[in-house]
Amino acid sequence: MASEVVAEGQPDRVGLADPPGHFGPYGGRFVPEALTAALDGLDAAFAQAMADPAFHAELERLQRTYTGRPSPLTEAVRFGQEHCGGARIFLKREDLNHTGSHKINNVLGQALLTVRMGKKRVIAETGAGQHGVATATAAALLGLDCVVYMGEEDTRRQALNVTRMRLLGATVVPVTAGSRTLKDAINEAMRDWVTTVDETHYILGTVTGPSPFPTMVRTFQSVIGQEAREQLLEETGRLPDAVAACVGGGSNAMGIFAAFLEDPTVALWGFEAGGEGVETGRHAARFAGGAPGVLHGARTYVMQDKWGQTVPSHSISAGLDYPGVGPEHAWLHDTGRAHYAPVTDVEAMDAFERLCRTEGIIPAIETAHALAGVMRLGRDLGPDGVILVNLSGRGDKDVATAARWFGLPAVDEAAEGR
Amino acid sequence: MTALADTFARAGAEGRAALIGYLPAGFPNRDDSVRLMRAMVAAGVDIVEVGLPYSDPLMDGPVIQAAADQALRGGTTPADVVAVAGEVAQSGAATVVMSYWNPVERFGVEAFARDLAAAGGCGVITPDLTPEESADWAEATAAYDIDRIYLVAPSSTDQRLRTVSDACTGFVYAASTMGVTGARSSVSGAAESLVARVRAVTDLPVAVGLGVSTGEQAAEIAAYADGVIVGSAFIRLVLDAPGIDEAEAAVTGLARELAAGVRRRRIDGGPVT
Repeated sequence: MASEVVAEGQPDRVGLADPPGHFGPYGGRFVPEALTAALDGLDAAFAQAMADPAFHAELERLQRTYTGRPSPLTEAVRFGQEHCGGARIFLKREDLNHTGSHKINNVLGQALLTVRMGKKRVIAETGAGQHGVATATAAALLGLDCVVYMGEEDTRRQALNVTRMRLLGATVVPVTAGSRTLKDAINEAMRDWVTTVDETHYILGTVTGPSPFPTMVRTFQSVIGQEAREQLLEETGRLPDAVAACVGGGSNAMGIFAAFLEDPTVALWGFEAGGEGVETGRHAARFAGGAPGVLHGARTYVMQDKWGQTVPSHSISAGLDYPGVGPEHAWLHDTGRAHYAPVTDVEAMDAFERLCRTEGIIPAIETAHALAGVMRLGRDLGPDGVILVNLSGRGDKDVATAARWFGLPAVDEAAEGR
Repeated sequence: MTALADTFARAGAEGRAALIGYLPAGFPNRDDSVRLMRAMVAAGVDIVEVGLPYSDPLMDGPVIQAAADQALRGGTTPADVVAVAGEVAQSGAATVVMSYWNPVERFGVEAFARDLAAAGGCGVITPDLTPEESADWAEATAAYDIDRIYLVAPSSTDQRLRTVSDACTGFVYAASTMGVTGARSSVSGAAESLVARVRAVTDLPVAVGLGVSTGEQAAEIAAYADGVIVGSAFIRLVLDAPGIDEAEAAVTGLARELAAGVRRRRIDGGPVT
């Protein structure tokens, strides 16, 4: 467990003695009592599955034959030389997974658990739509009913993924409450779950939420770091100086960090959405602009006002537009094992364009935040530096946003010959 | 004896269930929320549950969400909620606050208990706090004689009912159904068996909430529970009223109907247990 690695000599856990599902003072379970039985059941099903070789074999088979794992490790030579101070940059290609992002890793694990628990229906929240698409995909594969909650604002900016989910047979419910983004989609998914918990599993898409979700999702995503560590050692004969990832809820980051937590020479860097700048208040930088609190079932860093009301986040990327963050990240932040820094919309879109032009890879805008961070890290490390970055998703879903940003003709205009 | 224990004891002595009415502080505005809650008390509500409006009320249905939104847009703060609870308590009714956990933690766990006690409030219902996360809260509420009310649900195991009931003081809040707040045409049959299971593990009064909106339902629940909790139905009336006078009249009317309901169990429901 990662928390054990860093817990030595740190402040004692809060609450009753040694409660499970905590990362230092963070995590835990802050949920309506109606969900306690379901979370206990999920905890037990997850533990049983982890101890069952048949579960691992089935998950491994799907990862290999359906997702396309292992995903390649690509050295971004031109990007490194031209934009990262000459450092060697290695991209862990989660964008090449089936459905186009790392989200499928967690979804296949939880979907198999759903079947083991005898449930017939799954629900999910989604921001950028990648988790929703992955959930709709797994539901189709395993014959489960699927409902995806998505903020109305996000259905507009990620319209391509809404159509993908519907093609896959899922029901997409646009959420019109609150800020109409990921936070509100999670509220609505929780309300569904508390009402339908007997027959429904909530496939939470990231390392947030009540225990056991943060640990379970991290476990299912840790395949990213395990593969990348092996691939990089084979390629370079050494560990990286830094591992970088974007952090919304933080599942792609935990997935790649997990394999390096016990390597003290490897710096871990999470890049959160700085939006229009932390000083403007229009951002999603929980560490730079938030404070410890409770949101969506866990104690963690939360963007909140002086009265504890959640403050709406802002980011050009729907997947990072969330006022909370996984509790394990909160703990890694406080212990200093990982570092977190904001990246603005402008910096992210600049990195987005540079990767497109130097490597022939269109990243998701979420991922572009990590790439902007890598440009900073590379310039600090110089030509001797080796950086591993999680290329968590591909940018097909973002072409309309990017076209607007760069002043290119919109997709439908291009289709008309403009 | 705390105000809640006293209220349940008096209702029990009269052979009826206690009536608990909920409205968010600051809805439809600060002063009118006090006026409406006092009107409830004048019409027969025994215990007032003052809602603390929160940005992410994940256990609430659309009606309470709408009221909380309106209260937040009006600038209602947790400090206002404590003050409103104090003003309502002056009516003589036992007054508790219902709050999601983050605003309490942000206010300061001890400060919240202290300020609420100083204002005249007597308890706090915490729908998303579990006993496992409550060490500081248990200490603070004990220090200021504030009752701690947790929820149990039909899905709670017997072991869990014992854990949660042991952590409660004042009363145990039994959620009648699996779901969020909001009026329902019938109250789930799960409520009666849940109350029986809670009684097996505690001597505390048990009150039933979620989905109750009519005198008929109140009477039905009063036959087996010590308290009947009504929230969304009051809010619905306020949302639908053209003005505050009409809202007050409607709230008064419903409170009277419910107060009559919780008194009918002796006639309809057989002898008092």
